[in-house]
Amino acid sequence: MRIMYYLWLRQIKRYFRSKSRIVGAIGQPLLFLLALGYGLGSVYKAAGQGNYLQFLVPGIMAQTVLFSSMFYGAMIIFDRQFGFLKETIVAPVSRLKIMLGGAIGGATTAVMQGLLVFIISLALGFRPYNWAMASISIIFLSALALSITAFSSGIGSFVQDMQGFQAINQFLVFPLYFLSGALYPLTHVPTWLKIIAEINPISYTVDALRWSMLGTSRFGIIHDCIALAITLIVLIVFGALRFRHIEA
Amino acid sequence: MIEASHLTKKFGNFTAVNDISFKVEAGELFALLGPNGAGKSTTIKMLTTLLKPTSGKLKLNDYDVAKQQDLTRKSFGIVFQDPSVDNDLTAYENMQLHAVMYNVPRKETDSRIKELLTLVELWDRRDHLVKTFSGGMKRRLEIARGLLHHPKVLFLDEPTLGLDTQTRNLLWGYVGNLAKEKDMTVLFTTHYLDEAEANANRIAIIDHGKLLVIGTAAELMKQTKTNTLEKAYLDLTGKELRDEEVSPHEVWRSRQRSRNMR
Ligand SMILES: Nc1ncnc2c1ncn2[C@@H]1O[C@H](COP(=O)(O)OP(=O)(O)O)[C@@H](O)[C@H]1O
Ligand SMILES: [Mg+2]
Repeated sequence: MRIMYYLWLRQIKRYFRSKSRIVGAIGQPLLFLLALGYGLGSVYKAAGQGNYLQFLVPGIMAQTVLFSSMFYGAMIIFDRQFGFLKETIVAPVSRLKIMLGGAIGGATTAVMQGLLVFIISLALGFRPYNWAMASISIIFLSALALSITAFSSGIGSFVQDMQGFQAINQFLVFPLYFLSGALYPLTHVPTWLKIIAEINPISYTVDALRWSMLGTSRFGIIHDCIALAITLIVLIVFGALRFRHIEA
Repeated sequence: MIEASHLTKKFGNFTAVNDISFKVEAGELFALLGPNGAGKSTTIKMLTTLLKPTSGKLKLNDYDVAKQQDLTRKSFGIVFQDPSVDNDLTAYENMQLHAVMYNVPRKETDSRIKELLTLVELWDRRDHLVKTFSGGMKRRLEIARGLLHHPKVLFLDEPTLGLDTQTRNLLWGYVGNLAKEKDMTVLFTTHYLDEAEANANRIAIIDHGKLLVIGTAAELMKQTKTNTLEKAYLDLTGKELRDEEVSPHEVWRSRQRSRNMR
């Protein structure tokens, strides 16, 4: 436990020491909120869907946590390039502890980024329908964060360079994000898109966030929770198995 | 105690380490001497579980390196040839994380860190981020870190590359003492003849992945009927260590190191 705590602490310290990372990871969601929230707001309203910013914020929080968590895998690649990875993998510590300690640390910072976006959203006019319910969203954000940091540790342990890592981001994570219900409602989309969204774990995270922050849900919160739990377990197992074969 | 028998490592069809066997006794300081590309680091990587041998057997403290990885890892310390510190942590934090990973008793952690950082003259800089350190300072930090958990076997891969003479002497003094006091076995690589001669009980000369000869400096000189280790080396390998061909990358790296000396 002590080892995992220190590996967690390492991620937290590095996060607070890197102002550029905090600011940089806020830039993209802010842009989405402003450009989409205000840009498409009137169209959305005209279509009789209500307030687009309200609808959008849970999606953008998921986006922030998703990409911050993916960034954790890039940090493993940096650790390899700067040599620190060698220090951890010759240590008499099980790979599982190294992987989990770091992934929980990465997930913690990703959730902090998500909460930062939540605060910005409040400043832009977003209001959760019920504050007590809204606080539950931390659980969903944490589940997403840990799933994705575990996944990205798995990726980081066999992808050798940033190019390869970016390719996974481009061809897997971005599509999953855009094809989830994060940016638009899934009610009026073509069937193929609906099917993709329904097998996409990001959709369920976003749906659970909307349930807790807006009180509306498409799949039902029970389904969301089951989907999140399965995703979490599968990705931790994936990450742990890949990480076992990591090489410096 | 280190024992390698018929150790071989191939990268594709290139043989980096070719059927090497040697034994290092407990408490001994043992040098692997050879030019760049000889296979020294590859040998150390296999001994420290970082690389799997293509064939051959390795034992460390009576543990089978391939089969008892965790026990093996507990019993050695290593200073890698290439940097391996976390630049975004302070010197102290780097040491502390290492202490935790190696289960150093909590009561002793602080005093050991203080002793070692003082030894390598970094105690005043303990709370500075390592990214503000020069190459030589990082090197010293890595050496202090490698000694922190009092390993039974210590691997030093070109430990003094880029260090000034004073720090070198300090380091070898401390390592020598520790080896004596704690019966610590030390295997180090170097391409400085004088360093091998001054600090090693026995020297193994290695070139093109092959182990050419093992013995004390005196034995190597006697065997080659020469009166300096330099001449013995020349006789054994057919070339001088200094004007070997060195890859441009190595030249760049060692220049970086010496530029960053302090
Ligand atoms: N991962 C690798 N893949 C291919 N060749 C390698 C690898 N690591 C080392 N080599 C080669 O093996 C040889 C021995 O390298 P190394 O053990 O680092 O030499 P030394 O430490 O004695 O300078 C060199 O020719 C080097 O290029
Ligand atoms: Mg080397």
